[in-house]
Amino acid sequence: MKIHEYQGKQLFRKYGVPVPVGIAAMSAEEALAAIPKVQQQSGSEVVVVKAQIHAGGRGKGGGVKVAKTKADAEEAVKKIFGMQLVTPQTGPEGKKVQRLLVEQGLAIEHEYYLGMLLDRATGRNTVMASREGGMDIEEVAEKHPEKIIRMSINPATGWQDYQSRELAKALGITGKVANEFAAFMRPLTRAYDELDMSLLEINPMITTKDGKVLALDAKINFDDNAMFRHPELEELRDPNEEDPSEQEAKKWDLSYIALDGNIGCMVNGAGLAMSTMDIINFYGGSPANFLDVGGGATAEKVTAAFKIITSDPGVKAIFVNIFGGIMKCDTIAEGVIKAVKETGLKQPLVVRLEGTNVDLGKKMLAESGLNITAAADMADGAQKVVKAAKEQR
Amino acid sequence: MSVLVGFDTRLVVQGMSGSAGAFHAKQMVEYGTKVVAGVTPGKGGSKVAGLEQVPLYDTVEEAVRLAHANTTVIYVPPPYAADAILEAAAAGIETIVCITEGIPARDMIKVKYVLDNDYPGVVLVGPNCPGVITPGQCKVGIMPGYIHKPGGVGVVSRSGTLTYEVVGQLTKLGLGQSTAIGIGGDPVKGTDFIDALAWFANDPGTSSIFMIGEIGGDSEERAAQFIADHIDKPVAAFIGGQTAPPGKRMGHAGAIISGGKGAASDKIAALKAANIAVAQTPAEMGSTLAKVLASASVSA
Ligand SMILES: Nc1ncnc2c1ncn2[C@@H]1O[C@H](COP(=O)(O)OP(=O)(O)OP(=O)(O)O)[C@@H](O)[C@H]1O
Ligand SMILES: [Mg+2]
Repeated sequence: MKIHEYQGKQLFRKYGVPVPVGIAAMSAEEALAAIPKVQQQSGSEVVVVKAQIHAGGRGKGGGVKVAKTKADAEEAVKKIFGMQLVTPQTGPEGKKVQRLLVEQGLAIEHEYYLGMLLDRATGRNTVMASREGGMDIEEVAEKHPEKIIRMSINPATGWQDYQSRELAKALGITGKVANEFAAFMRPLTRAYDELDMSLLEINPMITTKDGKVLALDAKINFDDNAMFRHPELEELRDPNEEDPSEQEAKKWDLSYIALDGNIGCMVNGAGLAMSTMDIINFYGGSPANFLDVGGGATAEKVTAAFKIITSDPGVKAIFVNIFGGIMKCDTIAEGVIKAVKETGLKQPLVVRLEGTNVDLGKKMLAESGLNITAAADMADGAQKVVKAAKEQR
Repeated sequence: MSVLVGFDTRLVVQGMSGSAGAFHAKQMVEYGTKVVAGVTPGKGGSKVAGLEQVPLYDTVEEAVRLAHANTTVIYVPPPYAADAILEAAAAGIETIVCITEGIPARDMIKVKYVLDNDYPGVVLVGPNCPGVITPGQCKVGIMPGYIHKPGGVGVVSRSGTLTYEVVGQLTKLGLGQSTAIGIGGDPVKGTDFIDALAWFANDPGTSSIFMIGEIGGDSEERAAQFIADHIDKPVAAFIGGQTAPPGKRMGHAGAIISGGKGAASDKIAALKAANIAVAQTPAEMGSTLAKVLASASVSA
């Protein structure tokens, strides 16, 4: 689960990680009212108006404005709130800005990059940092990988102060500021661990002219598998950032991603689901979605999945591709039949069933009287569904 | 011959009284697996319907001491799965197969650390995997048994259902399997490609290998290098997710840590560079290996 920068900074405050003074606003009016408050609380005239969307590269897309005066800040609020912000990470359609963060503008001495995430290769969390922080970090990583420092976190001890001292040295942070950096890293690594984050990125982390270390940006993802431990974090979910079908899918614990094509897919297992997309593409078709019904699905869940697929107006044909293991074919059949009985079936449906209880599943579909095209195998099913989708046009 | 599981396997099922545990325990018994015990804390001494012949204990320690279990399969819900894995290791189980999907990464980081340091001899397969099967001998997991057939192809896969797909294709082509290992797709896991490849390389019952990878991470690239350096047996492979759209990203860390690796095209290139035949579509996995074997027997 992803959260906004301002929410991340609220968590930082709670843990004692230094961040600038800031107020989040859900409307332009609220943002305008926040400007003098931030100026007053921070004692400085300069404020920064920041678009709150779940994507990076906002600065480059015009979603972050450093304003020297109140008038400039007001202009920035009017311009950014409601805009369709396009950044390298939003896709060409961009994202509508519906929340703003009005924040104290700081006198930056230097911008650093700081990231934490799991390194699959070692099975440990890793801290990545660079002196070349700011908005061009991916370019730095590509052209000068040696400028990114990585340090692994020992699962038994957690992050240690000596690592902060070593990292400070490598980043060129010296003297008393190095101690500030260690004091910054302590609560940060604790928050990462305790809250089951799967990604924590601060770009930039800054040093100020008066020797402070602060987080100016906060990008946080939580491990979806650990959300059961943190019911309080559920509140931070922003429904505007999620596709409605994807939200409905989440309710049913289905893994669903909407795509641009016209062949709806229902598959069990992420690997088979991805490969089903591959083979549809191979035969000249184009998938409308990725949908993994998962292992222990009930008939109700399958019905919900099927309804999500058929509710997409772009879907011209449907391919159900199941190789049952923990997922039983009769459960799939039961769910599909129920969904079709409840909502009807406007599109051609191609079903390939194999695996646990396959004979029972096939029998149920055959006896249901539904207009279903059976497929002998994956290639046969993909070809049939691609053909069916083309004929629908 | 085979790797990991076989006629010597004495299996305990952790979470046997749950619905998934009970269903699959019955299927494993039917397949011929020696299911010697079940474990569900608090339910020791009771019976599971349809599995009356299998004693149910409170702890894995009892399953080892009283029923001589040497292998476990775990169907415990995610919040308790890490504990179940560590309990099995502490009880002296040698091979742990964890089916559970959705274990928090933080839990698995700790489990891996403890296994690596305190139980270096213990093999963990998974989590979030279909399990391990040696056709005709022993099935440990959730895979449909009937699609398999004894033979010489060692299968290792990151994806559960794609494993069934390749096995189904191989069997239809008359190519049986020595052992099929689903290593699972979680970021922190026990057995990785390289471990499985090394076992297959040393197993006289394995004469060729099929490997199924997926986008993300760099273990396929490392496996390709390992195959080039250490394996003489014929290998074919498939990478799933060739047309997956790039995920909606937030931040830069993912791109930085992978250092440009992880795309299907990179993995396919690495495999081809190691002289491994790569199936173009998931429907051609079996036939791709068959072709490699045909040309190997011509040149031999
Ligand atoms: N409070 C602040 N005071 C002064 N400058 C700031 C402040 N917040 C942001 N900036 C400037 O704006 C730039 C962009 O802001 P920020 O990093 O939050 O957004 P971003 O573009 O989404 O980041 P990324 O490219 O890492 O995704 C920063 O690198 C920094 O130079
Ligand atoms: Mg930034």
